Amino acid sequence: MRYFFQQLGHGFIPLFKATGKVTLMVKSVIVWLFKSKLEFEEIIKQSVRIGSDSLIVVCLINFFTGMVLALQTGYSSKSLFNEPLYIGTIVGFSIVKELAPVLTAIVVAGRAGAAVTAEIGTMKVTEQLDALHTLGTNPARYLLIPRYIAFIVTLPLLTVFADFLGISGGFVVSLVKLGVPSTVYWNDIFTFMDISNFMHGFLKSIFFAFIIATVSFHKGLGTKGGAEGVGKATTDSVVTSMVLILVFDYFISAAFVFVGII
Amino acid sequence: MIEIKNLVKKYNDKIILNGINADISDGEIFSIMGPSGSGKSTFIKCLVKLVFPDSGRIIVDGEDVLGGKNEFELARMRRNFGYLFQDGALFDSLNVMENVCFGLRYLTDIESSKYERIAKEKLSLVGLKDIQSLRVSELSGGMKKRVALARAIASEPKYILYDEPTTGLDPVSSEKISELIVSMQEKLDITSIVVTHDLKLAFTISDRIAMLHDGKFDLAGSPGDLKKSEDPFVKKFIKDSICHDMKDVKNK
Repeated sequence: MRYFFQQLGHGFIPLFKATGKVTLMVKSVIVWLFKSKLEFEEIIKQSVRIGSDSLIVVCLINFFTGMVLALQTGYSSKSLFNEPLYIGTIVGFSIVKELAPVLTAIVVAGRAGAAVTAEIGTMKVTEQLDALHTLGTNPARYLLIPRYIAFIVTLPLLTVFADFLGISGGFVVSLVKLGVPSTVYWNDIFTFMDISNFMHGFLKSIFFAFIIATVSFHKGLGTKGGAEGVGKATTDSVVTSMVLILVFDYFISAAFVFVGII
Repeated sequence: MIEIKNLVKKYNDKIILNGINADISDGEIFSIMGPSGSGKSTFIKCLVKLVFPDSGRIIVDGEDVLGGKNEFELARMRRNFGYLFQDGALFDSLNVMENVCFGLRYLTDIESSKYERIAKEKLSLVGLKDIQSLRVSELSGGMKKRVALARAIASEPKYILYDEPTTGLDPVSSEKISELIVSMQEKLDITSIVVTHDLKLAFTISDRIAMLHDGKFDLAGSPGDLKKSEDPFVKKFIKDSICHDMKDVKNK
């Protein structure tokens, strides 16, 4: 019994260590956010990079997700009620509240999150992070703050694009394949949806941006070894971000429902 | 002046620095030699708190740099030091000019309009011209080291820490770097602390050489003292280094 608890406790040590390191990293970012001038040029550069890295994939994935959602909903509805009902409503709710923020976050974690981990990891193993310290700045101030802001600004914007593309994909299928008139499709959306439905997904994407940025930075800063270490950190970063996005998706959604953002 | 008193650093349970004591005077070139993994780089990283020692004191110009400093005080303390990393540690995302100017932005109050002039001046001091717009990936190993040196001296620090300045360089580039270290001391009155296992470099440039062995300085004296030393480790290290250099020459 004692052995069991020893092994159980032993398994949790890396988790607590990682939590401690992440807390210190976020603390350092908050401290330097208020104590130093923002590097606007770097923020814009990183935002453009994150956006351009992910935009096309986000658009493609969400457009086709909207299409398949309309197709499945339409044919299920047809088999139950003999006609496609509430296609716009179902596509709209699913895309705006759940699919667009989650899928966009996963794409950004895979593209931009991985790139950031690889960049910071390479800087770590080539002593560039140490060089930052000796040149009067530090990784939190020079690297993390601009990238945090870039992720937190860019991911919600990409989610808005994803909302639009997903609903448009659904519209194309419902019009062409299911024969639903466009007025009916849009009417289904605007009758049953309001701004709080949009905010539910939009605000969630801000949390996802924070998760992706934090995981990418933590894995990058913790890189050890050479090229192999960078590769491992990058893979870990993507997998951890994806798992945390899906796990926290439930808890954030539940919290929003609790406070009335539904 | 830098005074190091009883400096101890452990990684997990392995003792790397085991109570190091040393005084480094202003304007001197102090070299630290020792085999790979003996803790030479750890030692100079402790001086600027890139690595946090477990105990001991480091007093720079009368101020204890290890005593409970926050990040802002640390940044201020590091202004006294320039650091030449083993592989240069130049920022890949910036060009040569941006790399050399980098520290000026954070370490000094100099107006940004003067950065370019200062960078050109420092680059010419290390023997480089018309390379300001090149990317780091376009530079050779020797050029990288010299750009890194220009970056380290741009803010005119009082001390420069050199981590293996000639490692990976051909003999001509190594010679150039050793000339530069001496000229930095002469022209800018900089105190240099050089970590190396390059015997020729250490004997050519150093005022004093310390031999790091088992976490302690076995000897800290002039190159002449080192040559005459009867310490078995020092004698073996010198003999092995000479044999290694001769093998290199023979192979070439």
